[in-house]
Amino acid sequence: MTHSQDQRPAPAPESLPAADHDASDALLERVREAARDNTPLRLVGGNSKGFYGRPVSGETLSLAAHTGIVHYDPVELVVTVRAGTRLTALQQTLAEAGQQLAFEPPHFAATATVGGMVACGIAGPRRPWAGSVRDFVLGTRLITHDAKRLRFGGEVMKNVAGYDLSRLMVGAQGTLGVIDEVSFKVLPRPAASATLRLEMTRDAAMARLAEWGREPLPITGAAHDGETLHIRLEGGAGSVATTRERLGGEPDDADFWRRLRELELAFFSRHHDSRPLWRLSLPHRAPAVPLDGDELIDWAGAQRWWRSDTPAETIRQHAAHVGGHATRIDLDQPHGIEMPFTPLSPVLAKYHRRLKAELDPHGIFNPERLYEGL
Amino acid sequence: MNILFDERLDGALPSVDREALIAHLQATLPQLTLLHREEDLRPFECDGLSAYRVLPMLVALPETLEQIASLLETCHAWGVPVVTRGAGTGLSGGALPLEKGLLLVMSRFSRILEVDPEARIARVQPGVRNLAISEAAAPYGLYYAPDPSSQIACSIGGNVAENAGGVHCLKYGLTVHNVLAVDILTLEGEHITLGSEALDTPGFDLLALFTGSEGMLGVITEITVKLLPKPEVAKVLMASFDDVEKAGKAVGDIIAAGIIPGGLEMMDKLAIQAAEDFVKAGYPVDAKAILLCELDGVEADVHTDCETVRDVFEAAGATDIRLARDDAERATFWAGRKAAFPAVGRMAPDYYCMDGTIPRRELPHVLKSIAELSATHGLRVANVFHAGDGNMHPLILFDANAPGELALAEEVGGKILELCVEVGGSITGEHGVGREKINQMCAQFNPDEITVFHAVKAAFDPRGLLNPGKNIPTLARCAEFGAMHVHQGQLPHPELPRF
Repeated sequence: MTHSQDQRPAPAPESLPAADHDASDALLERVREAARDNTPLRLVGGNSKGFYGRPVSGETLSLAAHTGIVHYDPVELVVTVRAGTRLTALQQTLAEAGQQLAFEPPHFAATATVGGMVACGIAGPRRPWAGSVRDFVLGTRLITHDAKRLRFGGEVMKNVAGYDLSRLMVGAQGTLGVIDEVSFKVLPRPAASATLRLEMTRDAAMARLAEWGREPLPITGAAHDGETLHIRLEGGAGSVATTRERLGGEPDDADFWRRLRELELAFFSRHHDSRPLWRLSLPHRAPAVPLDGDELIDWAGAQRWWRSDTPAETIRQHAAHVGGHATRIDLDQPHGIEMPFTPLSPVLAKYHRRLKAELDPHGIFNPERLYEGL
Repeated sequence: MNILFDERLDGALPSVDREALIAHLQATLPQLTLLHREEDLRPFECDGLSAYRVLPMLVALPETLEQIASLLETCHAWGVPVVTRGAGTGLSGGALPLEKGLLLVMSRFSRILEVDPEARIARVQPGVRNLAISEAAAPYGLYYAPDPSSQIACSIGGNVAENAGGVHCLKYGLTVHNVLAVDILTLEGEHITLGSEALDTPGFDLLALFTGSEGMLGVITEITVKLLPKPEVAKVLMASFDDVEKAGKAVGDIIAAGIIPGGLEMMDKLAIQAAEDFVKAGYPVDAKAILLCELDGVEADVHTDCETVRDVFEAAGATDIRLARDDAERATFWAGRKAAFPAVGRMAPDYYCMDGTIPRRELPHVLKSIAELSATHGLRVANVFHAGDGNMHPLILFDANAPGELALAEEVGGKILELCVEVGGSITGEHGVGREKINQMCAQFNPDEITVFHAVKAAFDPRGLLNPGKNIPTLARCAEFGAMHVHQGQLPHPELPRF
C-alpha cells in the first residue's frame, strides 16, 4: 500500500522560474515622487486578491516587475524572494529541493505574488497545525514613506533584535510600507500523505476532531461540508499508515484541499449559491453559529464559511459573541467592497491610526484598504 | 562604553519629586505594596544580567488590574519612567531598574486562570512560571512548547516580552508562535486584547509586534497560550566528533535529509568537559564536539528518523554514536546540556553568556573567529549552540574582581555579536536586546531603521516612559558607538591620532 498517492501534483507547467529583476530603484523613485506630491499609491502585485479589502483610489504602483529569488539555501531552511515573484515560481523552486511553504497559501490566480501573499496574510487548510503566514516570515526589506529601503529581521531562524516589523507587515495589506523583499522559513515536504473521507454529521465530526486534537496525530487538514468529514494526514509513512487505519473512512482525492484552499469548491461559486459569502474565524471549539444558510467548516472548526442572507451586523455579532470575527468576501468584486472586515474597537482603532500616522504620515500607502480613515 | 543609563546618550529622564510621588501613590492606592526604603529596594536592583545593578526609585507590587491601570495613569501624568519586571531571570538586562524610575513587579499575578483541554489553551497571568503551565497541562497529555533553560523560574509575561526560545524552537517555534492572545494595559491605562483564541484577528498583527517588544509598548496583564499534545515518543542520539567542522556539517546533513529534529544541540570541548565534571552525563570528554539530536513524534516515524540520523552521523565521520536506551538515559544526556551554563560557571568566577544567531553554514568560520578572539584577549570561551536554528551561546569566562576583566569580557562579547551581524545573523536570538546589547543594535541596524523603531514606539508611548533606554538605542548613542567602533580592524578615520 502506498501512502503518497495523493501528494499534491507538481506545479502547473506554465509556471516558469522567476526572472531575476531587481526593480528596487524604480520603486524607490516612485515612492519618493508620491511622498513629495502626496499622491496615494495603490500597491499591486498580481492583482489576485483585489477582492480582499476595500477599494483604494490612487496611482497604481505595480510590484510585478520586481522579481527573483535572491537567495535560497535549502539546508538553512531559508529563502529570500523579491515581492513581485510569482508564488508558483517560488513554490516550484522549493519543490525541486523537496521543500514547501508549510502554511499552504492560496493563489486565487496564476499571477499571485509573494508580496501579495504576505500583505494579505491568508493561509490554507494546514493553518491550525503548521502555522500562519506570519509564523514563517523571518525578515523583510521595506520601502518606507520617506523612500528608504530598510531591512528588518533577517535570514536566521531566531532574531529578537528590535521590534518585529516584518511580522507586522503580514496582513497589513501594504498600508504601512511597501514590501520589497521577504525571507521565509521553509520546511521539508512530508514524506507521506493521505486524504480520507468519513461520512458523519457536523456535530459528530466536531466531537471527533476535539477528541483527536488532544492526541499527537499527523492530521494537517480537517474540513466538513455538511455531510462528509475530510481529513488529511501528513508525516512519515509509518504514522500516516497507522493513523489511517485507526481513523477509518474511505480514501479520497487530495485535490479536495486545493479546491478548498483556492475557494473553487461548488460551495464558493455564485452560480451554485448567490447568497453572500462570509468567512468566520472562531475558536475551533466555538458552538455552532445560528445563521440562516449553509456552512462549510475548515481548520477543524476554526474557519467557518457561510452562505447566508442574514444581515451583516447580525453575522458579526454572532461571531464576536463566540470569540471571533466575520469577513465578507465577494469574489466578484476585483477591487474590494466597502466594509469587508469587522470594525475595530475604539481603543484598538486609535492605536491603529497612531501606528499608521507614524509609519505613513502622508497616507500614501494603500489608504483605507483595511478601514475607512486608516 | 558603559551600558548603564546615561542621560547624555540615552535622553534626559524627567525628575520627579520622589517623596511627593510616594505620598500620592500611598493616598490613591492604599492597598498597593509600594517599596521605597533602600533595604527593600535592594533585592530588585538587577535581573539575570547581574553584573549590572541599579537601585530603582520605587518598587510597586500590584495585585489587581485596577492598581496597575491607576499606577500607569499616575506615571503617565507625572512623567515617571516605568520598568516592568517578571521573574527577573532575563539575561539581557531588560528589567534593569532606573534610578529615576518605578519598577513594576508582576510577580503577584501568578494564577493559572484556565486550562482548557478541549480548546487546547491555557489562560494565565503574566507572573506564572513557564514550567508551571506545562505542569498544569500534563494531566491532559498537553504541554506548552517553548522551554527556555530558565523555565523552572522564568515567568510567561517575561517570555512574551522577550519572545523567549528554548531548545525545541526549530520544530515548535518561539514564544511568538505559541501565544494566541495577550491582554495589555497601555501607558494611558487603556485595556486592549491583542490576538484571540480564533486564529486571526482583524487589523494589524499587534500581537506579533508586542511579542518581544521588551516592555516598551505596554504592560502585559494576561496571556493565552496554545497547548500541544505531548509527542508519543522522544529519542535522543548523541554523536561525538573529533572536529567541530564535521559536527557542523552533520547538522546541515540532517536537515538536508528532510528531518526537523525536536532539538539539535552542539557543545564544544570546553563545554563538554564542564558539563561532564558537573553532572556526569557520560559525555565523551576527549571529543572536540558533540551533537545531541532529539527526535520526537509518532513511534513509527521516530524509529525511521533515528536510523536516518544515525546514517548521517556515520557518514559525517562521527567517532561515536549512542542512542539513549530509555527515558532515564535520555534525561541524563539532556542533563549535561541543560546544566551547561552553571557547569561552565564553575570553571571561573564569572561568565558572560552571549546569544548571537548565524546562518548555520557560517558555523566553522564563526567558531574559528571566536577561538581567535579568545586567544588574543586571554579569556576562555565555551560554546553551547542551538545548532538546529543557528543560535549560539558562547560563554565568556572571566573574573569580575580582576581589574579590567569585565570590560575585556564585554569587549569580546561585543565583537562576537558584531561578527554574527557580519555573517548575516543577529545579535540576539532569544535573550533580547535589553540594556546589554544596546550598543550592538547600532551594528545591526542603520540610523534609518532605528528611526522606524522609534516611530513604532511613539505610536504607543510618545513620551518614552516605558522602559526607557532598553531595546532601541537613541541615534545619539549610535553616533557615539559608531565613532568608537572598530570595524574589521579599521578604526574610522585612521588618519587621526589616538592616545
